[in-house]
Amino acid sequence: MLILERRPTPSRFWAWGTPILAVILTMIAGGLMFAILGKDPFEAIRTIFWDPLFNAQFAAYSRPQLLVKAAPLILIAIGLSLGFRAGIWNIGAEGQYIMGAICGAAVGLAFYPMEAWFIFPLMVVAGALGGLIWAMIPAILKTQFRTNEILVSLLLVYVAENILASMSLGLLRNPEGGGFPGSRNLGQYPSAANHELIAGTGMHWGVVAAFITVIASYILLQRHILGFQIKLAGQAPRAARFAGVSPNRLVILCMAMSGGLAGLAGMFEVAGPAGQISIDFNVGYGFTAIIVAFLGRLNPVGILLAGLLMALTYIGGELAQFMLGLPSAAIQAFQGMLLFFLLAVDLLSNYRIRVPLLIKEAR
Amino acid sequence: MTGDVLLSIEGISKSYPGVKANDDVSFRIGAGEVHALLGENGAGKSTLVKMIYGLVKPDEGRMTLRGATYAPGEPREARSLGVAMVFQHFSLFDALNVAENVALGMDNPPPMRELAGRIREVSEGYGLPLDPSRLVGDLSAGERQRVEIVRCLLQDPKLLIMDEPTSVLTPQEVNILFGTLRQLAAEGTSILYISHKLEEIKALCDEATILRRGKVVGTCTPREKSAREMAEMMVGATLNAPERAAAEPGPVALTVSGLSVASPSAFGTSLRAIGFEVRQGEVLGIGGVAGNGQDELMLALSGEIRTAPDTVKLHGRGIGHLGPNERRKDGVCTAPEERLGHAAAPDMSLAENAFLSGSVRKHLTKNGFIDWTGTRAFAEDVVKTFDVRTPGIGTAARALSGGNLQKFVLGREIMQEPEVIVVNQPTWGVDAAAAAFIRQALLDRASAGAAVVVISQDIDEIMEIADRFAALNEGRLSEPVPTQGLTIDQIGLMLGGAHGMHEAEVHHAHS
Repeated sequence: MLILERRPTPSRFWAWGTPILAVILTMIAGGLMFAILGKDPFEAIRTIFWDPLFNAQFAAYSRPQLLVKAAPLILIAIGLSLGFRAGIWNIGAEGQYIMGAICGAAVGLAFYPMEAWFIFPLMVVAGALGGLIWAMIPAILKTQFRTNEILVSLLLVYVAENILASMSLGLLRNPEGGGFPGSRNLGQYPSAANHELIAGTGMHWGVVAAFITVIASYILLQRHILGFQIKLAGQAPRAARFAGVSPNRLVILCMAMSGGLAGLAGMFEVAGPAGQISIDFNVGYGFTAIIVAFLGRLNPVGILLAGLLMALTYIGGELAQFMLGLPSAAIQAFQGMLLFFLLAVDLLSNYRIRVPLLIKEAR
Repeated sequence: MTGDVLLSIEGISKSYPGVKANDDVSFRIGAGEVHALLGENGAGKSTLVKMIYGLVKPDEGRMTLRGATYAPGEPREARSLGVAMVFQHFSLFDALNVAENVALGMDNPPPMRELAGRIREVSEGYGLPLDPSRLVGDLSAGERQRVEIVRCLLQDPKLLIMDEPTSVLTPQEVNILFGTLRQLAAEGTSILYISHKLEEIKALCDEATILRRGKVVGTCTPREKSAREMAEMMVGATLNAPERAAAEPGPVALTVSGLSVASPSAFGTSLRAIGFEVRQGEVLGIGGVAGNGQDELMLALSGEIRTAPDTVKLHGRGIGHLGPNERRKDGVCTAPEERLGHAAAPDMSLAENAFLSGSVRKHLTKNGFIDWTGTRAFAEDVVKTFDVRTPGIGTAARALSGGNLQKFVLGREIMQEPEVIVVNQPTWGVDAAAAAFIRQALLDRASAGAAVVVISQDIDEIMEIADRFAALNEGRLSEPVPTQGLTIDQIGLMLGGAHGMHEAEVHHAHS
């Protein structure tokens, strides 16, 4: 029998060791799953983790994709991590991402075909505000009526998806699109487009914003009193009230930050890689970012690395579907395993495992 | 009375990872003897009685009960051999009545009607009246303890173990309990009595065994020793009683009037029109059994619960509507009872915890950014001045022992040099040496001109440091009276006496 013993202080080693152990365990369990599906597990793992970066044939296309896919994940996950640390569970980043994209695109399209320097910055502001206001719905309902922010924010995702469908079929539909759903392509509207900044790298304004956000949130958490209050409220709510933290103010602030960042991510996506508002614009970044946030231990630097890793499994997963014929569900299960193993081995940072027999013999 | 040996313990040792809880412990309990087990927190008292009750197995050593080898594998076996135990924390179900609760704790409960009759018989025979059909949720702490005791007595024990039984009782209830225990001893039942309240042990016990760090460091006959001598045996050091420089109290610093607060928790006690004044340089002690509104009063004074401005006044200015940080700025510092989770965040370092309440008065922020250099210096200062034993200020609060963390929390508030300081249970679960240190620090703060409010369940503590005493009972505060010349009986009456028993006496006292 094994005994779990609570550590007096959390282990620093395992705080960083658990994500690595989780990745290794995911590779093993995922490899087994691929083997059961009749694929060579080593080839599958190599295709997912190695080929996108170093295979001569694919790397030229895959490498830039890494930043393109990681940027929205990191932007959203950073915002979510602030709330998660405070015990405020915004599960609806996907909806805030959609609303940010719609608002950003709408502002850009409103100026079409005028060319002016201020259009793109205005879209950035509109995108952030769109996500922020969408996140204020669960925030205000929680502070005023004690509703559960998990349920409200999650259900608002489906509302946002319907607004997205309505927009691409109605208000924002391309008048010159021959009746097909979807807006004008912002990529072909220079004043509104989120261009690649350095050719061949995938670097666009969203990537820049993601890096700035990582640094800003690091400073917020380490040096600023708001970061201290966020951590305190999550770890010890009663101590937070003793320290004079207003729980309602914190709910509003955290939801505003996570909603705003998710909206920004949506806006950069619609103006850049996606190009247009369409019915199938959202691909689940808002939900995957939850995994990224926890995989990165709610730590800004960790989230940066986790976002890149998650983006890699996306790209590698697509490659494996294409090259090895792995079903897309298997790739999603593989990504899910990562969160599962992370949460499972997470207890090592707070507990140590003891084998009672060995203890007796040691005496 | 102490002719035959009932239980003999020889060379018992028990280790847990990193600590030797009991080291070669030996002592004997005679039939009909009331034997005290004395020691500070962590001295190994609880481990020892858990072994006697069959909850824990010793690593080494042997026990004999009435001459036969005694090695209970589980509490059921201990009970069948006549060993019963009343725990410090009750294991009762609020939603069941007295008889049902008693039946749940018995190995072979008789039919309910018969059991109710026996409960009535036994409880009245020992002066602990109980109505078997009442819901436990409606009983006071003293009455709940009676349920536990009666449950033990129904099994006709030869040895009754009592772990800190008086911590939840008013002085009158303590007297009733002692009467019962003396009666039991006279009938031949041995009692193993665990406590750190020395005056009680002097009043009740025939013999005492003193533990320190898992070892027996002495035995004595409590009646022949002074409380001071026994305390010094417990601590292994000379203790100094708190002293204070005599000073005339200054003008009124804190005024509370008409303070009524609905409890934020469903099982809490609402405050009803509380009023008192504390002068500069004065210590007001607020006594009462836990759960009578102490937590709510603390929250209302700290600013975690806000009220109308004029219900709480500082130097005549209303502050009832202000939050904790605004009150700190004005000079009111507080230390709540619950150290981990309320006064301090368990997983945060001592430096972070120093910032938690010290940021305002110690000016530890600049434009919203934390001054970590200043914060660390403040934390170091607290650790050094208050002798907090810790590897460093980077250590998580939860890694500190209760006494050390309490010294840190009190030190953090006192070193902010508040004009008013309110503390709840400042020495709860703290060893004697640390408790003396904390009390002295509070007195020093009063001498420096602060108004000090000490909320405590420990009457001895209040008598030791407070100038005036007021009792908190069911959310109401009595008129504060000077502690000088106050007797324990008078305090007991102020605390509401023994619930449901001594109303007659109370009327007597008034007439």
